This record gives sequence, C-alpha cells and structure tokens, in this order.
Amino acid sequence: MNAHTRRPQGGHMDRSQVLHFSLEGKPLVGFKGDTLASALLANGIRLIGRSFKYHRPRGFLAAGVEEPNGLFTLGSGGRTTPNVVGTTVALYDGLIAHRQNAWPSVEWDWMAINSLLAPLLSAGFYYKTFMGPCKGSWMFYEPFIRRAAGLGRARHIKDPDRYDTRHAHTDVAVIGAGPAGLAAALQAGRRGARVTLIEQDSLLGGCLLSESSPALTEWRQQVMAELASLPRVKILTHTTALGLYDGHTLALVERRDASAADPTRGQAREVVITLRTRALILATGAIERPLVFGNNDLPGVMLHSAVHTYSERFALNLGSRILCATNNNSVYASACALAQHGAEVIIADSRPHIDQALMESARAVQIRVLTDAQLISAQGRRHVRAATLAVAGQSRPTTLPCDLLTLSGGWNPTVHLSSHTGIAPVYRAAVDAFVPGRYASGHYGAGAIHGCYALPEVIREGATAGQDAAMQAGYPQPVDVIAIPAVSTVPYAFELPRTAYPRTRQKAFVDFQTDVTTQDLTIAHEEGFVSVEHLKRYTTLGMGTDQGKTSNVNGIQHMAALRDVPIPSAGTTTFRPPYTPVSIGALAGRRVGQHFRPIRRSPLHDWHATHGGVFTEAGPWLRVWYYQWAGSSVESAYLEEMRVVRQGVGLSDVSSLGKIDIQGPDAAEFLNRVYVNGFAKLPIGKARYGVMLNDDGTVLDDGTTARFSDTQYFMTTTTAQAVEVMSRLEFLTQQVWPELAVNVTSLSDQWAGLCIAGPKARAVLQNAFPTLDSSDAAIPYMGAREASLGEVPLRLLRLSFSGELAYELYVPSEYGQALWEHLLVAGAHLGIQPYGLEALASLRIEKGHVAGLELDHRNTLDDLGLGKMASRDKAYIGRALSQRPGLKAMDRWSLVGLRLTTTGSPLRGGAVLFAKDEPLTGHGRGYITSVTWSTELNQYIALALYQGGLRHEGEEIVCAYPLKNEYTRATIVSPVFIDPSGARLHV
Amino acid sequence: MLRIPCPHCGLRDYTEFQYGGDASKIRPVHTEECLAPWHDHVFLFDNPKGVHREYWQHRLGCRQWLIIDRHTATNVIEPTTRDPTNSDLMNSDLMNTGRQP
Repeated sequence: MNAHTRRPQGGHMDRSQVLHFSLEGKPLVGFKGDTLASALLANGIRLIGRSFKYHRPRGFLAAGVEEPNGLFTLGSGGRTTPNVVGTTVALYDGLIAHRQNAWPSVEWDWMAINSLLAPLLSAGFYYKTFMGPCKGSWMFYEPFIRRAAGLGRARHIKDPDRYDTRHAHTDVAVIGAGPAGLAAALQAGRRGARVTLIEQDSLLGGCLLSESSPALTEWRQQVMAELASLPRVKILTHTTALGLYDGHTLALVERRDASAADPTRGQAREVVITLRTRALILATGAIERPLVFGNNDLPGVMLHSAVHTYSERFALNLGSRILCATNNNSVYASACALAQHGAEVIIADSRPHIDQALMESARAVQIRVLTDAQLISAQGRRHVRAATLAVAGQSRPTTLPCDLLTLSGGWNPTVHLSSHTGIAPVYRAAVDAFVPGRYASGHYGAGAIHGCYALPEVIREGATAGQDAAMQAGYPQPVDVIAIPAVSTVPYAFELPRTAYPRTRQKAFVDFQTDVTTQDLTIAHEEGFVSVEHLKRYTTLGMGTDQGKTSNVNGIQHMAALRDVPIPSAGTTTFRPPYTPVSIGALAGRRVGQHFRPIRRSPLHDWHATHGGVFTEAGPWLRVWYYQWAGSSVESAYLEEMRVVRQGVGLSDVSSLGKIDIQGPDAAEFLNRVYVNGFAKLPIGKARYGVMLNDDGTVLDDGTTARFSDTQYFMTTTTAQAVEVMSRLEFLTQQVWPELAVNVTSLSDQWAGLCIAGPKARAVLQNAFPTLDSSDAAIPYMGAREASLGEVPLRLLRLSFSGELAYELYVPSEYGQALWEHLLVAGAHLGIQPYGLEALASLRIEKGHVAGLELDHRNTLDDLGLGKMASRDKAYIGRALSQRPGLKAMDRWSLVGLRLTTTGSPLRGGAVLFAKDEPLTGHGRGYITSVTWSTELNQYIALALYQGGLRHEGEEIVCAYPLKNEYTRATIVSPVFIDPSGARLHV
Repeated sequence: MLRIPCPHCGLRDYTEFQYGGDASKIRPVHTEECLAPWHDHVFLFDNPKGVHREYWQHRLGCRQWLIIDRHTATNVIEPTTRDPTNSDLMNSDLMNTGRQP
C-alpha cells in the first residue's frame, strides 16, 4: 500500500470542489474541507520545516492548534502572513504557501550544520556564549543569531486587507463545539437563551469529526440541525476565543476565508469581536501529550489523535506499518480503526497490565500489543523507519520497523481560558492532568477540560452546563434533556512509566517548536533552576508561538522527576492571552493611519482647509499650523504672520480652548474656592485671568473667566487641560461641595472661539459691529460684553495672549465660519490675515505668557512668576500643600527668559541649562521649554525653567543640546520680552 | 474587561469611565490650613487586596462621579450606594432597569 494514499471515500471534505494551491510555487490540489496540512499530506509532502535552533527536519506532529512544527508563510506581497499554523488553515483556492527557516530549501538546508554545533546551543547558550569578549559583544552577535534561529519574516509592505472590530452581546457563550459544547449550546438554546457557540475549526463536532460510529455521526447531525433551527443561537466557526477577561468578556477573532474577503468591497479578512455574555461554558477539550524519547521529532512521529483525525476526517492513510506508543486506554479504539483501513498496527503500551476487553478488541483486528514496552528512540534520516523499545522480559532493546509512529502520553485539558481569569490550574492525579482550579461565578466547564473523556458522560456534562448557564442568564424554564447516543466506552485509564524518560544518546525533544530537549532541562536543573517560571525563561520551554501546548506538562513532569518532587509541587506556568497567535492587523482593526485615534476638528476646519491652512496635531486636535498666504514653509510663514499681528491685525481660531459655563447662586463662591485669586468681587462685564492648583499645591491650569451676571460666569481653559478641568469641576460640584448651588456645563464643542489681535483690532471690530460701542471706555482691557451678530448671540472678551490689543469672540459653533468670514470682510481694508498656531505660540513667548510647555504639573505659582496672584485672605484648593517648605525653596526651577548671545546654532526646546563655568554633566540647572525667533528683537529668544530663576537675571549660561552636539550661550532676562508695562493693552 | 454598573446608564465597559482615586478617605474641608491632614489625604494610600472604595467618573456617559466598591483581586463591583447629588436617582427604579431617564 502506498504510504500517502487518500482513500477514495470517506472524510468530511467536499470532493466535488477541487482547490488549487501552491507550495513554494509548485502547484498542488486539495479538496474543500481540507486544511493546508491535510492537503499537503495528501500530496505526499511530509517534510514541512526545519527546527528553530538545530534546523532538524520536521513533519506535522498534530492536526490542530497545538501543532508546533508546521508553520508556514502564506500569501505574497502585502498580504504575506508569516508563522501561520498549517493545521488550522482551511484550504482555499489560490492559497500560496512557503515553508520557513531553511536556506536554500527545506530539503537541503545549510543551517542544518547547527546540529553539529548542538553542544553550544543548549540551555542558556545565549547568555553564556555571546557575552564575551567585551562589553557590547551581544550587540555584535545578535543579528547573526537572529538570522540563524528564527521563524518567518514579516514584510514591510502595506497590508491591503481590511480588518474590523465588532462588539457583541449574548446570554450564554459556549467555547468549543465538540460533544460537550454542542450539548451545552443546544440545551441552553432550548431554554430560549441567546447562545453564541464559538468554534475555532471550520466544522462543528470537535473529536466527533474523527468518529466513524453511525450513532455519533447521527447525533452530531441531529444536534446541528436543531441548533440551526433555533433563531437565537448564533454559531461562529473559524473563530477563536483568544482571551477571557473580567466582566464575562471574551475576545474572539473571526478568521474569514482569505479568498472570500475582498477589501475592495469593504469585507474584512479578520474581525476581532468583544463578546459580553451573562454566562459562559468552557468546552475547550483536551490536547494529546506527546511522549519523550530519542529522535522523537522525526517526520512520521505524530500524536496518535492527529493520525486518527487525518485518517477519519481527511481519509488519509499516513502509514502502512504503524507503531502506536501509549501509556493509556485512549488509543485502542482508534488503533483498531487504523487496522481496519488496512495498516499493520502494533501497540506498544508502557503499562504491564491492560484491560482485557481492550486487549481482545485489538487482537480481533490483528493488532499486536506489546505490554510493559517503553520507547527508547526512533530511527530514520528524513522520516521514521524504525523504533527501538525496551520491552519487559527482554534483555536487549527491540527494534521494530515502522513508517508511522504515533504517540499518546495522556491528555492536557485546555485550561487556558479559565487561567486567564487568574485561577491557577491544579494537578488532578486521577487523570494525570492539570485542570481548572475552579470556575469563576457564571462560568461552567464541561467535558475534557476537567478530565472527563467518556463520550456519554461528556455529553451529559455539556447538557447540565447548558442548563445551569441558561438559568444563570435568566432562563429558568425547564426543557427536555437531549438524547445521549448509545456508544460503548472503556473508562479512561493510564499509568505513568516507572522511569519518566528513557536514557538515550539521541536528542529527546520536550518542546518541538523552540528545540528544547531533556538535556536542556537537566542542565537547567543542575544549574539550580527550580521554579517552572524561571526554567521556562532560561530554556525557552513553551516560549514559542504555540505557547507550549504540547510541551509544558512534559516539561513540568521532567522537572518534577529531576527534583524528585510530586508534579503539583513543580508548579505550572501562567497562561496568558492570546490562546493562539493573532495578527497585529486584526488587533488594530480600522484604527490605522488617520483613524489611529479620534481627531478633534474646529468648527472652522473646512474653511481653513480650503484657504491654505496647513494642519498640525495638538493633542487630539488638528489645528492650523500656518497659512500658505504667509509662506510655503512654517519657518518663513509664522514670522510673516507675527508681523501682521504686531503691525496690523490678525485673526486666529481658538475654538480648541476649553469653554465652561458656570451658573448658580453660589457660582461666585465656587470660583473663589477653585481659583487662587478672588472671583467673588469680579464686576459684571469684566473678565479676570485665573490660576487653579492641584490638591498638592502645583499649578493645574490657567485661563480667563468672565462674569455676565450675578449668577453666570464663562470660563476658558487651556486646550491641553480642557478635559481635566471640566472633570475636576464636576468632581467638586458633585462630590466635594454638593451643598453649593452651582452647575457647570461644557460649551467647548458648542461654541467656536475667534481671536482678533493687533493694533488695528478695534478698527476691525467697529467695522464689523457698527452698532456696538467698542471704544476703550465701553470695552476696557479685560472687559466682557454680550452682543449679537444678527440673531446670533455673541460673547466678546477683551483680553490678550499675544500682548497686542486683542478681542476674543465666542459664538455658537455653527455660526463660527459666518463670523470668521464677516471679520475678514470687515478687516479687509486694514490688511487682516489669518494666523496659525506657530505664530500664536511665538507671540505669547515674546509676551512671556506660560502655556502647556511650562505648566508641567510640577511647578508652583512662584516658579511661574505668578505668586503675587494668590489671595492671602481666602481658602482655595491646593493652598495648604502649596505652603510646603520644599515648594518655597529659593533654588527651585523657575521661569526665566533667555536671549541667545552667540551666533551659529539656534536655541532649542529641551536644551539642558548649565551655569557658565561648570562641567556639562548631569541634569543641569534647568531646561528650555519654548523657543522662537523674535520678530521684534531680531534674535532667538526662549522661555526656560532655571534653578533660582530670575535671581540670576543678567547671567550668561550654557544651553547644551548634546544630541546635536550644540552648545550655545544665552543671557537670563525677564520672560516678558515685549511691552513690559502693558501699554499696548490699554489703548 | 472590567464592567461598571452605572446607576444612571446601566452596566457599561470601564473604558467609558475614568478612575478618580481613593474614595475611602474623607477629604479635608477646603478651609483646612494644616499641612498634615492634606498631606495624608493627597499622598498616603492603602493598597488593599480586597474591597476598595473608589471614585470613577462616567466620562463617556452621564458624567456623574460614582463611588464604587471594587474588589481589587477579582474586579467584582458591588452596587454603588453613595452619591450625594443624586440620591433620588439612586433609589429610584432607574437603578433596577438600568435605563437612562
């Protein structure tokens, strides 16, 4: 019989749909319903990769998510996806696959020379070998090591596919659609609950897909049919539960058929679903554990359950002389099935005594059973040819020829999701397995997850869990319990071999994906590693993309044997999401490029965009950086815009400022407590600059607040702190002073803000509002007026950030553009021009106004030169802690101005400041916060925080910018560079 | 994901909320001028494993500041009980239905 025959009948493929795919460009065919792995095996391809460190030839070990070896790079160009597990990929037409980690090819891999260097590559070899001969050696070696040991490579080309995000709600989530999950979903569905059944495979059924028993096949069909008839049951296939989180929240990734998802039509290739549920059932099953012996990584050495799956689900005969090595009962039924398909089967059971019924069932199909037989090693170069066993009663090892060697070392329940909630798995000796320590409230488990393997019992448990979960979710009405199929089962039994691992000179792999052998574990043990968590990091056991699904428990058992402690004492590692690898694209969803985070736009955004505004990001805001009327680059444009403001008049958009309406009989008292300076006596029609502190006495924010009536104030905050200040005021009104009759309402989005600044600002205003008396007497400096533009209410504040005569005008957002255009028309004959953020910031530096760059939540009022503002005769937030001695120290970093005294390099924001003659080491005496070229002074000026502040006025200091090797000198001056008397403001 | 039962809006993801600090301590009155009580309030915190009373603001919802008893090890949240400005809402049917007024 040919070793790789696909039987003419059977399996769960649709043989009418032939799919074409390629491996390294070689055209191959498979059927709809194949995985990439089954299709490759059907094409006789058994060598599927080279191992991580030693570049040993590898074949598929498994048929599911636990596969450690079969990683492929799929697709081409921007769609290239590396490290895809071939056993989980549903075959599609046009699939392009490449094997990984080999050069020039998997068949002839030069790096296999690493096998000869094996002694160098054992546990901890990186740490021991590549640290010398000198400091920094690792930097030299690293790229070479990364090239030699590795997985697939990501591309640097943009991925054209779309990924999406979805939020979903359900009553009962069932994870896993094997017999337990199907029973649970049906039972909960019958009760009327909204059920979401989640299955990572393309088909429902789990282990039932590998069963040929008519009773089970029929049961599966019936359950699936009834589930399909229940409108409130939603079935998600190709969907993996990546993680389980607080609040009964699951993260799922739904992988659409890559050939069906068409990004040009908006279809997503993968969707991350956040599923919130009232109750959930873990029916995640178990994964078979390999045996550890010499050369156990040879192609042709596979998990027994995987061979069974390939045989029954995919109708593949993978061997004609099959040796099944086991320590438990679970292999017998499937070994009989393999024999019935025509293979010559030998079972090598490590137990001395075996259930008589099992023995007879095997003999009935001509299976030879060796008892008390333990595998020592496998033989073969590229494929297994024979296996050597120690059989009780024989003085010398026996070698048996075979072309397929199947392993069953027991089962590892899939406890990952329950571990995500912080519940550690516990070792259950009765089934030799780690099971969930307990289930959190509202969580239920059924079937193999806690070591229940007998099918009727599994289905019964699933049905019970379905009832309980539906009850928990609010569906108490009892319904019929589903039928249990009549199948005979032999109870699960196992026996651990007397010696955990046979002594062999060949490499015996514990972790196939990261090439960790028993020898590595022994070295780690001898070097004193005790904790499994440390062992894992030192040897890389379980650190691969499979997260040790087949290796962790074997590693723990080996460690326990070496330490001579029981398995529970050796501990277990912590499982963390994701359960299986997930693409970064899926996690990012649509949050890429411009959609990386939400963007806030001014109500005038469209006008700016169509009138030469060039935008920049300011926190979440997109603000105009400069306008192209003033120049083609920011360096030239902002200077031109500054000149317009200083000499004529400019118009800028300040809509991003925080705007808060404060109303109520106690509004004055409220503001008096919030601001360091007094607001109770602020006259109606006046505005006042105010500063508020954090509880700890540092400055929180500054801004201007105007009073429009006895009970109504209008507060503005900085753009940066608008959100925090609003939240803070809400905290104070709701939780701290609920007795104050005051309400705060954010108007930030509802009102647009415009600023006219420059000596000709009043002329513009007069022209724009002929009926409004805008004389200095009517609207003095810091005056506030309510006016109107037609029917539209308007608030007008005379205050200045730039140091020039200036007015801020606020209107409802939808009229922002009308007002803007109205002012441009009214000021046209005066040469009014819009100016952007760069000019705005530079004008305020010249005037010495502090802004976000100076307000770093570490400075005090005195540090910023605002100490005189603080009222001495009222209480305000932060007052007590602002009196701390450390905040009153004389040598604190305080606000100063700097003028560049040398030519050559400019001043730079972030430059570290030193006294003139001290060595340029350490953190210095301060740093530059803001820099600009001053159009008035014709030189570079800066604001800075400097130790001792203005007590050093007139001194020359050094500004160091070592990243660019720039060292310049500057003189400390007052931070107010222009118009210190404020004459320009009072005109 | 931590989910928070807002008495005004119902059960919502924590991403709609902003943590607002320890609510188990009594804030000194604003006229308090002594350093010590403010120092204790602002800088000294317990870090309990167990039920912790804390402030959360429902920023992307009703904007109310809530006081929540959250178990720091399990994230289980007990129903909120104290909200000085909205005591009427807390006791009304809204809390049971979880619907917005």
